[in-house]
Amino acid sequence: MFDLYCDGHSPLHRMKPGWKILALAAAGTALFAVDHVVFSLGLLGLTLVLYRLAQLPLRRAWDQIRPVLWVFGLIFLAQLVFNSWQIGVFVILRFATLLMLAGLLTLTTRSSDMIEGIEAGLHPLRRVLPVARISLAISLTLRFIPVLSQVVQDVREAQKTRGLERNLIALAIPVVIRTIQTSEEIADAIDARGY
Amino acid sequence: MIDIQNVSLFFEAREVLRDISLTLTERRIAIVGSNGSGKSSFARLLNGLRLPTSGDILVDGLNTRDKGREVRRKVGFVFQNPDNQIVFPIVEEDVGFGLKNLGFSAAERAEKAKEVLRRYGLWHLRDQPSHVLSGGQKQLLAIAGVLVMEPRYVVLDEPTTLLDLRNKIQVRKAIEALPQTAIVVSHDLDLVADFDRVLVFDQGRILADDAPNAALRRYVEAMQDV
Ligand SMILES: Nc1ncnc2c1ncn2[C@@H]1O[C@H](COP(=O)(O)OP(=O)(O)OP(=O)(O)O)[C@@H](O)[C@H]1O
Ligand SMILES: [Mg+2]
Repeated sequence: MFDLYCDGHSPLHRMKPGWKILALAAAGTALFAVDHVVFSLGLLGLTLVLYRLAQLPLRRAWDQIRPVLWVFGLIFLAQLVFNSWQIGVFVILRFATLLMLAGLLTLTTRSSDMIEGIEAGLHPLRRVLPVARISLAISLTLRFIPVLSQVVQDVREAQKTRGLERNLIALAIPVVIRTIQTSEEIADAIDARGY
Repeated sequence: MIDIQNVSLFFEAREVLRDISLTLTERRIAIVGSNGSGKSSFARLLNGLRLPTSGDILVDGLNTRDKGREVRRKVGFVFQNPDNQIVFPIVEEDVGFGLKNLGFSAAERAEKAKEVLRRYGLWHLRDQPSHVLSGGQKQLLAIAGVLVMEPRYVVLDEPTTLLDLRNKIQVRKAIEALPQTAIVVSHDLDLVADFDRVLVFDQGRILADDAPNAALRRYVEAMQDV
């Protein structure tokens, strides 16, 4: 999600993030509430049209589902065993459409706008929810996914040179320690900037 | 003026800083000393990120004990590792973070962010994910994110340690150009050579407090007779 934003000037890019999030929620609900394959196919078609409208190549839609194809495989197998292949296809169609729609949101919305959108959406709940904290937590997650994956990679390489790459504990301990140290420093940095 | 009055700091039973009293008024103050001598701990006391075990620290008369928030507005802090202080995924958003905490509107944030990003040569990177920047660019971004809040003092804890020579020079120039009072913890003795005052820390105490030449000479001497 962190790297996925594609700069552009389409109507979808300009649409307020709050509306996009709401539309995604509505479409997702409808997708699973309306139990008819024609409806799901229609929504898939609409999603692909929206990708074109956002001036995104259809390959981007494919990118959204490619990493989870193996999950789809498992779902399909399970449905095949317990139900029928038709139902398997239907379930996968629904999930794929949902993922593509969600991807469309992240592709056309800057993370800061998304966060402001979420903040605005949660505003009525500010008495019961720590809205500013939730939005900071989301930004931090987006920010530190690449940092953490770098830490894991560094540690893995360091352990590899010592022949420990298959040792899960040798990998986990330094990663956890570095992560804790990092998080303490991040907390300080956030305090230091007046949060 | 930062006034440090009989400050001691313990972690559990271990004494990390021992009865330090100082008045910091100079424009460029350096803190040097060996690993573990207490420099970072001391630096964190200056903006109330940590509180002393005993003694007080007053920043323009505000005690860090009960005016932590106000003190942090006055005293900006730049950490050693820029990766841990950039908190937003996009360059421009990160600069806006401190401003948002100060209550600036989106329009004001954009205006101020633009000015500071231009100043540090980062404007063309404003839409980039912050994790793809080079080490020097990240450290400049970290400095920009602090300076945009216009603190009266800036504390920098080893701002050039992780950088290569080119980036080091770039950050060094940025520090030289700071309009603020700067307190810089550093192992980079070249960086501090033309500062107004150098404090040498040793095992939680101040071994020397002098102009750079004299202070650094004491430091080098002390490190040799081990
Ligand atoms: N959060 C902490 N908990 C316990 N001990 C700590 C903590 N932070 C620092 N110390 C200890 O305090 C002492 C001083 O550490 P400090 O980080 O201030 O040294 P330093 O002068 O900045 O060293 P360096 O040059 O390595 O950065 C060290 O012995 C360190 O182990
Ligand atoms: Mg230190």
